[in-house]
Amino acid sequence: MAAPGNDRKDPIAIRIRGLVNAFGDRIIHDHIDLDVRRGEVLAVVGGSGTGKSVLLRSIVGLNHPRAGSIKVFGQETANIDAEDMRGLQLRWGVLFQDGALFSSQTVTENIQVPLRRWTNMSPKLMDEIAAVKLSLVGLPREAGALMPAELSGGMRKRAGLARALALDPEILFLDEPTSGLDPIAASLFDQLLNDLKKSLGLTVFMVTHDLDSLRDTADRIAVLLNGKVKTGTIAELVRDPDPWIQQYFSGARGRAALNA
Amino acid sequence: MRNIAPPLSAEVPATLRTERRGNVVRIIAGGDWVTSETARLDHETQNIATSGAGEAEIDGSAITSLDSAGMWLLLRMKYALESNRVRVPRFALPERFAPLLSAVEREGRIEPLVRKRPPQSLQHFLERIGKGTMHALRQGYDMVGFLGRVTVETTEAILEPRRELPFPALVHQIEETGLTALPIVGLLAFLIGVVIAYQGADQLKKIAAGAEIYTINLLGVSILRELGVLITAIIVAGRSGSAFTAQIGTMRVNEEIDAMQTLGLNTTELLVVTRVLGLVIALPFLTLFADIVGVVGGMLMCDLDLGITIPVFIREFKDAVTLNTFLVGMIKAPVFAFIIGIVGCFEGLRVERNAASVGLLTTRAVVEAIFLVIVFDAGFSILFSKLGI
Repeated sequence: MAAPGNDRKDPIAIRIRGLVNAFGDRIIHDHIDLDVRRGEVLAVVGGSGTGKSVLLRSIVGLNHPRAGSIKVFGQETANIDAEDMRGLQLRWGVLFQDGALFSSQTVTENIQVPLRRWTNMSPKLMDEIAAVKLSLVGLPREAGALMPAELSGGMRKRAGLARALALDPEILFLDEPTSGLDPIAASLFDQLLNDLKKSLGLTVFMVTHDLDSLRDTADRIAVLLNGKVKTGTIAELVRDPDPWIQQYFSGARGRAALNA
Repeated sequence: MRNIAPPLSAEVPATLRTERRGNVVRIIAGGDWVTSETARLDHETQNIATSGAGEAEIDGSAITSLDSAGMWLLLRMKYALESNRVRVPRFALPERFAPLLSAVEREGRIEPLVRKRPPQSLQHFLERIGKGTMHALRQGYDMVGFLGRVTVETTEAILEPRRELPFPALVHQIEETGLTALPIVGLLAFLIGVVIAYQGADQLKKIAAGAEIYTINLLGVSILRELGVLITAIIVAGRSGSAFTAQIGTMRVNEEIDAMQTLGLNTTELLVVTRVLGLVIALPFLTLFADIVGVVGGMLMCDLDLGITIPVFIREFKDAVTLNTFLVGMIKAPVFAFIIGIVGCFEGLRVERNAASVGLLTTRAVVEAIFLVIVFDAGFSILFSKLGI
């Protein structure tokens, strides 16, 4: 078969074709096609219940779609065996909505979980690498010794991001990374994302509601609407006649964000 | 189809070599400097021979792939050289890694974390004993406070007519803690009855022929007075006491209890009183059930094994036990229920907002409840013997 998993020249990192997701009779995704290009930030937007998180979970294998094909680095994820799946898992990092840090471990230990499992690093090097990741996500060194319960919401997200980056993945999945953050923290997070994308060459798949975030970070936007998807840049989507998209970008908040 | 390399491997193995020209060391790095290679490179970068060198060049222009872990190793090498008074005027990397370099370099040197090892001295040992004791005492003090609050709330809930008890919740608790426990309590009580009758008769036979008729006394007194209520209490502590801690603890983790407080609801009344009261009502009935089933178990054993027929058993049983024997057992049931309920709810309310806490305190609640039940049982024994009952 063509499209070997290690082909670093394939410009498409994630290729979704004819994806169907449904819960009972309720169809969430109705034959969706979507590409995520290597090195881009793709933001997924849509109203509540349009299956943004379900899409993310389908790609990373936490949700089994009813039909369709999802290829990550050319590797079909639906009927993959455990070992190949692991190979893929090590090439992506996921930031869950509230960080999903392991609550019984310190931030440093959280970051070291994948390092301990998948590398033979010495404890000293793991400490250093954890400190590097902390500084990459803009957390102070002292935060490493804290327990997740002692962190603020914004710090929890950054710590979760540091864990997602532990193995230097190629794709980063973000589930509403700026929700629940104050505007200043949110824009700092956007800036951080841009920095990381530039320095680590990340491909980012981001579910978001945050219009500022869309404007500042996203290269392209995928809008989930009635089980279908529409993709384009902000400039393209603003001209889309669909009433929901019009309302989304032309509502008071949308205009304020886009004109800023 | 195996088209993905085994988890985490580099396409081009990372290389590191040194060249020496006078007092200048050239450190040449190449290949993929990525996370999977760091364990090996960690060692190699620390063992490069630079003794006597006054100047070093780090040349990474042959590096094909670089991630933040690899970048850190390169930088660490540079820092180590500099702190050995070796100048590093040249630090060359392909242009595309410049953003990564500035991102990792921004934080500068990282001092190794000092892991504190607990001191193992006698003083430390004594300190731990002291801390543990103070902790236990404080917890005892807190629990007495909680006991007082629950007692007041429970009494008020029963006595004050304008404060209505959430009746459906109470019935639900009785069903959860009482009705659904019937099968397991019944089965265990039955087996205990069988075992006591069998083992008791075996020993009594050794005293004199015909002495096995006293098996009935042994059975009646031990089950009605002690075992019926004790077995029931232990099962209920494991079943319902733990459930109380886990339920209330999970509510704490979800901030539900904080939400109740902000809504002006009385959490003790809503969460604790119904549970404790439900258990106080349910446990005596469970005990009665355990008493009956236990005695029936013994009776069947006597009939099958000792030839004491059921009518004979019933006649002898009437003589062997008095109403007091039964009441002594029954009076303990609500007390034990109160202990189990209070401990379960108390530990549940102490849960902190992390996943480990719920499990830890649930276990602790069960152990404490069983411990206190047995301690109180011993207390009752002493009390009744002083009173001559």
